[in-house]
Amino acid sequence: MKAATHLKQKKAVALISGGLDSMLAARTMIEQNIHVEGINFFTGFCVEGHTHAIRKQDKDKQKRNNALWVAEQLGIKLHIIDVIEEYKDIVINPKHGYGANLNPCLDCKCFMVKKALQWTQENNFDFIITGEVIGQRPMSQRRDTMPVVARESGANDLLVRPLCAKNLPATLPELNGWIDREKMHGFTGRSRKPQFKLAAEFGIEEYAQPAGGCCFLTDKSYANKLSDLWQARGERKYEFDDIMLLKIGRHLRPRPHFKIIVGREEGENNFMQGYRKQFTSMYTLSHSGPLVLADGKMSEDDIYLAARLTARFSQGRDAQSVQVLVKQVDKEEIKLDVPPLSSEEIPQEWYV
Amino acid sequence: MSHHTLDATRLLCPLPVIRTQNFVATLNRGDTVDVICTDPGAKNDIPAWSRINGHEIINTKDDGNNIVITVKVVGSSD
Ligand code: SF4
Repeated sequence: MKAATHLKQKKAVALISGGLDSMLAARTMIEQNIHVEGINFFTGFCVEGHTHAIRKQDKDKQKRNNALWVAEQLGIKLHIIDVIEEYKDIVINPKHGYGANLNPCLDCKCFMVKKALQWTQENNFDFIITGEVIGQRPMSQRRDTMPVVARESGANDLLVRPLCAKNLPATLPELNGWIDREKMHGFTGRSRKPQFKLAAEFGIEEYAQPAGGCCFLTDKSYANKLSDLWQARGERKYEFDDIMLLKIGRHLRPRPHFKIIVGREEGENNFMQGYRKQFTSMYTLSHSGPLVLADGKMSEDDIYLAARLTARFSQGRDAQSVQVLVKQVDKEEIKLDVPPLSSEEIPQEWYV
Repeated sequence: MSHHTLDATRLLCPLPVIRTQNFVATLNRGDTVDVICTDPGAKNDIPAWSRINGHEIINTKDDGNNIVITVKVVGSSD
């Protein structure tokens, strides 16, 4: 008879992004009779339905959280962890630098596996699973970065990548016989075909296929806005509200020390209303128009310029004069009658 | 058994789910909580989270401004 400890079902925590790879990796381990629970980290930059939730025109679009959906399909629990504060250091000072935009993918992977390791220790789990595939992504999933993630996260041989395990050194769960190396996979490269084939074998027909990465940091226009914010503030820092506001509206920087955010539709205007206590806000009274938030220290001239911009984005853009209500933080509301800026007076460089 | 209220208004998903998850972790089996949200995504996400953790949704109200989802703690709360 085998020892009782040998019979005890081993427990693994799987990093679940909501995409197909992590779903397949978790499923591969479930097939080997491992008790799997999912973990998902909310960094603040996650693409998950935010812009859809805000924009009225997108209201009918699917708003499900893919990580939760995947967990439900797999029949596993999912723990969603808020890492907004801790993650700042990863975005601001990535040891391994950025990818094509402001995505610190390698540092991010190390960070997430490290957090997952901490979680396994606190919850008496035995090892960690990720859906990484060698060569799948240019920055964080290369043959030479696989050991970096294992080492720098501190997970070392407790980190199992079931989709490419056959191409990597054996991990502790394999050496201890908790899992069978032969029943894992040897996927490499950018082709998605092996994943699609495995999904079909598992009878998985529906899955999210995020274009690009899993977060806004891979998005060029978002990264430009974040760089602009850092440059204007003279320091690489951000608050959660900053990064939320970068996801919405038109951003224009008419002067180095202030920018305006112009709501593009009703949903964005409503969402921005919630920030009127923190930022100078403006909207047109004489005509219908968007809500505008202004960020930065502004002189009277700056307020006047921002009001003229606000008028430009309203239905009164061709009127002689437009009345704009301006509310600065800790000041009384004022009404300004201003001529809207003409389109020629708005240089393209103002658009962030 | 006690009844609670959790304000998750103005938070966008997945924050209402995270707040619910963390709050439920402090409750006992049989307790209920009204989660008040404004992000319509919560109408999918909180029930999905409850299903995978074995909790029950006993009521959902949407008055056009606020969505109130009542969760009953049934599964283990960790
Ligand atoms: S795309 Fe974003 S979330 Fe994904 S690894 Fe890169 S930085 Fe991290």
